[in-house]
Amino acid sequence: MKKQTQDWRFAQANKEALFSLGAYALYFIWWFIFGYGMGDGDPEQYSFVWGMPEWFFYSCIVGYPVITLFIWGVIRCFFKEVPLEDEALDADDDGQTSADSKKGNVA
Amino acid sequence: MSNELITIIPVVLYLALSFAVALWARNKSASKSSHGFMEDYFIGGRSMGGFVLAMTIIASYTSASSFVGGPGVAYRYGLSWVFLAMIQVPTTFLTLGVLGKRFAIIARKTNSMTITDFLRARYKSDAVVILCSVALLVFFMAAMLAQFIGGARLFQAVTGYPYIVGLVLFGITVVLYTAVGGFRAVVITDAIQGIIMVVAVVVILLAIINAGGGMEECMTTLKSIDSGLITPTGPSNAVPQPFTLSLWILVGLGILGLPQTTQRCMGYKDSRAMHDAMVIGTLLIGFIILCAHLSGALGRAILPDLPAGDLAMPSLIMELLSPFWAGVFIAGPLAAIMSTVDSMLLLVSAAIIKDLYVHYRLHGDASQMPSISIQRMSLICTAVIGMLVFFAAIQPPDLLVWINLFAFGGLEAVFLWPIILGLYWKRANATGAVASMLVGVATFITISITKPAMGGVHAIVPTTLVALCAFVAGSYFGRAPDGKVVALFWGEQQ
Repeated sequence: MKKQTQDWRFAQANKEALFSLGAYALYFIWWFIFGYGMGDGDPEQYSFVWGMPEWFFYSCIVGYPVITLFIWGVIRCFFKEVPLEDEALDADDDGQTSADSKKGNVA
Repeated sequence: MSNELITIIPVVLYLALSFAVALWARNKSASKSSHGFMEDYFIGGRSMGGFVLAMTIIASYTSASSFVGGPGVAYRYGLSWVFLAMIQVPTTFLTLGVLGKRFAIIARKTNSMTITDFLRARYKSDAVVILCSVALLVFFMAAMLAQFIGGARLFQAVTGYPYIVGLVLFGITVVLYTAVGGFRAVVITDAIQGIIMVVAVVVILLAIINAGGGMEECMTTLKSIDSGLITPTGPSNAVPQPFTLSLWILVGLGILGLPQTTQRCMGYKDSRAMHDAMVIGTLLIGFIILCAHLSGALGRAILPDLPAGDLAMPSLIMELLSPFWAGVFIAGPLAAIMSTVDSMLLLVSAAIIKDLYVHYRLHGDASQMPSISIQRMSLICTAVIGMLVFFAAIQPPDLLVWINLFAFGGLEAVFLWPIILGLYWKRANATGAVASMLVGVATFITISITKPAMGGVHAIVPTTLVALCAFVAGSYFGRAPDGKVVALFWGEQQ
């Protein structure tokens, strides 16, 4: 078997999937540290921000806009627009992919 | 005008709007060929932009539980349950990001309109296709029934009209607009429903904070009722940490196993739409979930002595909102319910028409049948399934209610690994997929019934692990997928 060359769009897509998982992990860490970290003590000792317990304010009220902003930033910097249709690629392709896709239809 | 009548006005207006959308969508899809019609009816011609994509993912994901069940539990367990609900924030970006462009590209290459199409192209196995279709039919029917019952009960509690009136009103609406308008009608009504949900949660949250004398006052009241209500683990550790943490698995991975949500990832227009949807979707779903659950938790400060959590939202609405605004709010959960049901209904119909009938009776060639008969069949099929669920909801059969307990986990057990590993693991094959589906569902049901002591860990965690092991073992046991499939799915030239 010859060395195979992967569709360049897939390499990009794999990278983006890893970024998404990374953002998920980051949100988890944020949520966990502020939630259980600040909220672990005695409720009598809690400090409050805008009327809400500190742990809740930072983990939930702040956490979710932060992750939204983070996602926005990641998309701006690392995500690329790629054509989803094969036709757009056929110009620099030997037509193999579209032949395959026809087989896929019948299957 | 009586109060009941005023309450129902916003609801009726909103239902009428859904019909209008369905008719518009029907005119829009004037495709002549059989294949063209199916592509339109079941996936909207892959034309969704970012906003609609975000809305339809949110709407098909949020259901009765996000508006009534969830806030009801938050009423009992306080901020701990809001904290837990916030785990759902990454839903949209995770689904879109992980399945990503690969999934969209391959769906186009293989002409997939449903998850079953995708799995068929990947595994080339009748066993996989039939297991998927059966799981989808059984679990979706049960889940739709539960949504119908939830919606009708809520309607009854808030408006005072009998159960059957609510059921007829929104049950018929959702079945009709889905059958008539297909995917396009479903996603556009989803977008409208998403907006209504946002308005509804803001209205109720503001009303509650206002009635409680401000946020600080509400929290002080909660603390005096039970100081556990403002901790992350709930009153007397009712929401233990292992349980909360295992929901990260259920929600984070589980969402990728829900066919009504993942199917959306095949239907967007271009990669720009996907990028926009990841941001918009995260922003809105976080907002809806936060507001809805916080309303339930703070509601305890207003009405501290309700006998059951499920009564919290309906009682708060009646207590705090004027009849008209109560109607606007009630449209929120109804919208959440309808938007879940419509996607499921269409997928069940697609499973029967496309995955089973066209494939096995017409050998995958829809053009053997005149376009008009395919159209009529799809419409009738959707309507008949919808009516079956509707009649079942009038007198809910115990079996379906019981099955619904396993619907979410069952769907995840069936679909999660075959989708993910099919997309990312070259060695994945049909043996592995079948093994993981069977073992996964069996494990989930066994654990859910026998309830072994697992330190508060949700049944889905061991299920996911066992299903993964079964998949890997099965894949190495069976033959490697053939070169054509690998070429198609990895875009490689041989």
